[in-house]
Amino acid sequence: MSEVIVNINGKECKAKEGEYILNIARANDIFIPALCYLTNCSPTLACRLCLVEIDGKRAYSCNAKAKDGMNVITDNEEIQKERRAIMEIYDLNHPLECGVCDQSGECELQNYTLEMGVDSQSYCIKDVHRPARHWGRIHYDPSLCIVCERCVTVCKDMIGEAALKTVPRGGDLVDKELKDTTPKDAYAMWNKLQKSIIGIASGEESLDCTQCGECTAVCPVGALVGTNFQYKSNAWELKKIPASNPHSSDCSLLYYDVKHTSIKDSQEKIYRVNSDFNYAPLHAAARYGYDFENVVEKKDEIAFAKVIDALQTKVDTIKFNSFITNEEALILQKLKEKYGYKLVNEDAYAFGEFLNSFSQTSGTSLYNGDLKKVRDSNFVISFGTHLKNDSPNSGYALNNALAMNKGAGLYFHPLGDKVVQNYSKNITQISHKVGAEEAIAYLILDLFGKDLPLHVSEYLQTFHSTVKKTVKQEVKETIKEIVKKVVVDEESKEEKEIEEEVSKVVSKMVDKEIEVDQNALFQIAGLPEDFQEILEKYLDKKDTFSLIGGEDLYTHPRSQNIAKLLGLIQKHTDFSVLLIPSKTNTLGVSLICDLDAQGGKYTLGYNEKADITLSALGNGDLDMPALNQQEGTFTSMNKRVVPTNVALSFKGYCLNDIANALGLEAEFTIDYTKELPTDKGFEQKEFDSLENEFDNSGNENRGYSLHVKDTTSDEVVENIETVDVLDGDIIYLSNPVHQFSPFTNKAHQLNEAGALYVSTEFLEAKGLNAGDMVKIYNQNASLVVAIKLDQMLEGKIAYLPTFDTKLDVKQFFADGFRFASVSIEGAK
Amino acid sequence: MSLEQFKKRDATPGYIYFQAEEKPKNAWEAFKRVVRISIKGELFVGLWIVLREMITKGNSHTVQYPAEKLPIGPRYRAIHKLLRLLESENERCIGCGLCEKICIANCIRMDTRLDENGRKQITEYSINFGRCIFCGYCAEVCPELAIVHSGDYENASEQRAHYGLKEDMLTPLDTFRAKEQKEFPGFGALSENADSFVKKTPLAY
Repeated sequence: MSEVIVNINGKECKAKEGEYILNIARANDIFIPALCYLTNCSPTLACRLCLVEIDGKRAYSCNAKAKDGMNVITDNEEIQKERRAIMEIYDLNHPLECGVCDQSGECELQNYTLEMGVDSQSYCIKDVHRPARHWGRIHYDPSLCIVCERCVTVCKDMIGEAALKTVPRGGDLVDKELKDTTPKDAYAMWNKLQKSIIGIASGEESLDCTQCGECTAVCPVGALVGTNFQYKSNAWELKKIPASNPHSSDCSLLYYDVKHTSIKDSQEKIYRVNSDFNYAPLHAAARYGYDFENVVEKKDEIAFAKVIDALQTKVDTIKFNSFITNEEALILQKLKEKYGYKLVNEDAYAFGEFLNSFSQTSGTSLYNGDLKKVRDSNFVISFGTHLKNDSPNSGYALNNALAMNKGAGLYFHPLGDKVVQNYSKNITQISHKVGAEEAIAYLILDLFGKDLPLHVSEYLQTFHSTVKKTVKQEVKETIKEIVKKVVVDEESKEEKEIEEEVSKVVSKMVDKEIEVDQNALFQIAGLPEDFQEILEKYLDKKDTFSLIGGEDLYTHPRSQNIAKLLGLIQKHTDFSVLLIPSKTNTLGVSLICDLDAQGGKYTLGYNEKADITLSALGNGDLDMPALNQQEGTFTSMNKRVVPTNVALSFKGYCLNDIANALGLEAEFTIDYTKELPTDKGFEQKEFDSLENEFDNSGNENRGYSLHVKDTTSDEVVENIETVDVLDGDIIYLSNPVHQFSPFTNKAHQLNEAGALYVSTEFLEAKGLNAGDMVKIYNQNASLVVAIKLDQMLEGKIAYLPTFDTKLDVKQFFADGFRFASVSIEGAK
Repeated sequence: MSLEQFKKRDATPGYIYFQAEEKPKNAWEAFKRVVRISIKGELFVGLWIVLREMITKGNSHTVQYPAEKLPIGPRYRAIHKLLRLLESENERCIGCGLCEKICIANCIRMDTRLDENGRKQITEYSINFGRCIFCGYCAEVCPELAIVHSGDYENASEQRAHYGLKEDMLTPLDTFRAKEQKEFPGFGALSENADSFVKKTPLAY
């Protein structure tokens, strides 16, 4: 898009053509009030406060698109009158409970009321009874609601669930006589306000969504608040600590709101998690899974000495997972270099190997996509990931692309997902067979590849065949007809019948035999019959493409070849490829640590069960700080090194203390930030120099981006190899939508017992009910577990979670692949 | 304008200058002054006044504290009280937290929660009187006239925390029912013409 110059209040502002005036103004530090607009979502036009004058005409800056040479005035007497009247009407019947309201001064209604100088009320209308609603973790008080519809907008355009909508309020109609005396926009806004209130889209009593809570974050008043936070604390008493989401690899910016626990207990406590909702949505685990800290009273010197002794004498392997910071990963790597410990980390090892193979064909050290690119694209493929559960933020980006760019998408996964289906009517879910991922990668190359290497295009050609197909075709034919006509003779005034020949175009359906190119990959990938037509429709006017790949691929028996195929996709198609690291810092660990496939005889576990265990969950031999008690950096899926800060203090030992006792020297863990390996793309930057914020124009000033390097590529890929077909019942290794690890499960708002999560279809087929106990077994293991119904799940594949440490589920998945075949029977 | 007022540099308007007698100029004059003052007997006038006050009965100016106490002004700012609503006996405090915020000694803290009726409940309220400077800001900012100062200035105790908890400050129910709860006319109280500042809001009922 071309660059234009827009003149706002006499200031020349550069912008892209078609950008909204409101966003341009914000990026240039010009204030335009707006209640209902959310960046990255479609304009709602509910509040009308963003009224401006463009070239002498009234317009709403939230949906006015920039054109070159536009003259915008954001404030004049007429606009001020409108805005004041609008705020007066918003204040109508608004309960005067600001003193106890949970918004406690962070209220946009309050801010704008003061900004517009509303000191008296000139309107009145009868109020309607609006009782409060309890929607699980979300509490809605309609009497405080100003129906700006931000919650509805964010749920639809960002989260993709469209769980909320406006419903009739049943209020009195605005007196028509006021039309002449009330400013025009204020009157229109009032009319709409009297008719609507927020309700649940499905019409149910309780909110049947994933309860991500983004609606509570965007609410400008105290109408939507987290149930847990209600009347707990005033916002101004809370200290905001910027951090990054510790539970999943989006590592979104979040703020821990911290205050002393109570009058009697001055220990700090996290009261809630806040976000910068205009730029970074949070998922449920980030928002509600904040109190997973490990509380210890003092340094346990005996346990520390025991661990040091073990490390010096017995330990030959350190096993850990990727819920650690980059700095800790570097400490472990340094210990390996010094003492030769083997480093075992399953998820980072698989991801690292996958990335290596990917680089071999792509020619770049890392993938080229990120969430912003997904949001900006208009054709997105999600492949090999249970998207909504594995990485909700990738799901939000996908939905945002579909909603905002009139995009289309394909979602390949053996497990059906109702939420993904709801994103848009332009997304097709393809529930393919387990193991077909390799064929799908080839299919994407076949459909979108340009200048493919010869051996690949030759191989792809083998799937194509020409078949004759009879299709009904519309044929236009000109036929001549003799029509009898009654004509009145002018002279004799007599009616006469004459015959006239008329030619006419008639369409006719005929059977025609045509030659069709048949692609055998369609069948292998399990595509629907009309896929070709769907794809053609989807690809119409599409120019930016994104592909999201996930954890199924890294643990796939054919993962190395799939990685190479994805490398080719990045190189030879228009797709930017985003690979979702399976855990928070999987990418960072895979870059920093030199990991081993196999462990040795005596293992020290860090947050993993082993012979001697360091644990931030509080169940090991030595307590470690949890991620909200540490400072350090994560490497996010956006290839960005982002800082996180200490929200709560930790009184025990941390990994750096152990490293120091073993001869490494650093006062703080963050002393290692500047030592992160530059040959892997990290920068030599001090931790304290890293920023963590978004600016007014939405630029992400968070840490720094990894440098992606060019590597040598060879473009050699293997042919499809059929994977053993899984028979019997199939289970999948995945966590339910708001769980990621034992840490999320430790948080009191998320805590639950692990179960086998199944769909309604599964229950019907097996004749079971939710809550029943079932026995799952295969040759490796057996487990008796309760079943829980996942309303969003479709299909017969059930999934087992990893967040519950009481369930040993890994044993079913011996070779690491996320799918396993088992038998499931009802147990008593 | 007249610059007259600027020219008068030696005095502030309204002051009256006392014209004392002239100082003695030499030793002879000083001697004469000593003799004059001695013979005049002014010394005995003073001695007599002291003697008279000493022997008059019931003429002590000493307040016999603690048996006797001086009255204090109604706006005196001593230890805080939490008042109750006149009609319902409930606590006036709504837990808005403004006192906690405005307190410049940072000595007020409160714990709130959602009670069973869906209202905000103040479970605990405390003022650290070791830190409080009795500035009166909390009483001034309170929108409900809930926290006020009282005249109780006697706060010696064996425990630092005494007087500072909610149960110490809240008007006891028996006192309240005996109608002994006093309003505080000092900081935070409404002015007599407060009504005249209120603008009327139209009503649709």
